[in-house]
Amino acid sequence: MPAVSTIITRMGDAATVEMTADDLRRDIIEGSEAAAAKGKVPVLEEREVEYLVEMFTSPSRIWGVERGHEAILTKDGSTNTICSSRLSSGVCAPLNREAAVRLFETAFAFDTMEVGHTDYSVKPAKFLASFEAQHLDLLQHVTVLPLFYGFMPNLGLYYRPDGPYPNPSDLLPMGKIDEARAAQEEALEACREDVVWLSRQMIDVAADGINYDTVASTGDADFLATLRACEEISSTTDLPVEIGMAAEMVLGFHGELEYDGVRLAGLWPHQQLKLVEKAGAAIFGPVVNTNTRKSCAWNVARAVTFVKAVTAEATIPIHPNVGMGVGGVPTCEVVPADMVSRASAAMIEIGKADGL
Amino acid sequence: MGGIKTTGDLVARMQLNKMRLPEAKRYVADKLGVSLLDLSDSTVMRTLREDLDIGVVTAVPGLSKGLEAKARIAELLDIRINCVERMKEKIGAPLR
Repeated sequence: MPAVSTIITRMGDAATVEMTADDLRRDIIEGSEAAAAKGKVPVLEEREVEYLVEMFTSPSRIWGVERGHEAILTKDGSTNTICSSRLSSGVCAPLNREAAVRLFETAFAFDTMEVGHTDYSVKPAKFLASFEAQHLDLLQHVTVLPLFYGFMPNLGLYYRPDGPYPNPSDLLPMGKIDEARAAQEEALEACREDVVWLSRQMIDVAADGINYDTVASTGDADFLATLRACEEISSTTDLPVEIGMAAEMVLGFHGELEYDGVRLAGLWPHQQLKLVEKAGAAIFGPVVNTNTRKSCAWNVARAVTFVKAVTAEATIPIHPNVGMGVGGVPTCEVVPADMVSRASAAMIEIGKADGL
Repeated sequence: MGGIKTTGDLVARMQLNKMRLPEAKRYVADKLGVSLLDLSDSTVMRTLREDLDIGVVTAVPGLSKGLEAKARIAELLDIRINCVERMKEKIGAPLR
């Protein structure tokens, strides 16, 4: 009996595996069904499944969108990929930020770029606001592409030992629910003030936009701080705000926080979208987490099922996060181009994303 | 989409105005007088960007760069670019 031919592909941790076409098809269908079950969103249509099967059974190393279907790239992590030691897989090239941004514009042909501090959270970056603003100011003179300023609200840094507020992670295991909630409610206000303050510094140097990254990394309080900050900046300035999430579901560390009457804990991407739009954001970047025990085909199918539900309802551009461990991309430091190109193309062709 | 190699920066600016991708592409294509396919064609756009003097990806002395290019982009797309407005304010402000 002739052996069934197999396709070389990868798992969610980037390990190389061989799978049959039937295995891949099954994974794609099951990945989509997994998203549909969690998020209560539609599964992929048959033609969309066929596209993903064709993609994952192709021996081509690199996959791309059709000509004319290209989408826009926004960036998080600033120039960390070039300038840092391993942040964003940074290579610590002997370049300063200004040179690095110009390389992203010309050599890498990015559509937009971002200035941000290497320690990419609002709490450490705010002390260097003048330095940050100066870099943005200088770059606005010499670059053509839209230039954002970006940082993470990162509410976790406001809790002890890094910050002044009691840590809910310490209080919750002790059963101190009320105290944990009170700490989060106080900390989120401090975070919101800092996010607004740092955003305003960049208005003075004429940033083209602000990127709030890894939003809700510390759960629903982090999300609420960001939504309130976005609302204030969007309603009082003309600075476009991009909100990029940290995870696919908002963790209910507090559990009872609401924005516009909607409880934040447990929200999936298509539900997060509604609040982000209400807060006045210009671009939304949903996240779908990669499951390292499943194939990339499963993960990409799951990711585009979630994103398709977002883009179907969106009134603002949707730029899903497609990077290490999110958007169907494997969770590893040096992400393989064969899977990144597939996940990216799927997001645009099936997920109908406006960018990445 | 190729950034300043093509029209990625221009389409991105329209997305900052909350336009979804198809609308943003159509807007830019109309303003440039090109087809949607041409928007991401680096061969077409390298020449057109030089003709319009809105910033090109290769290093050509004398062509508009930075704020110069963005001022022309703002006029071409009929949009407001904050750093351009800031430059105009500073240029127009009296010395004393």
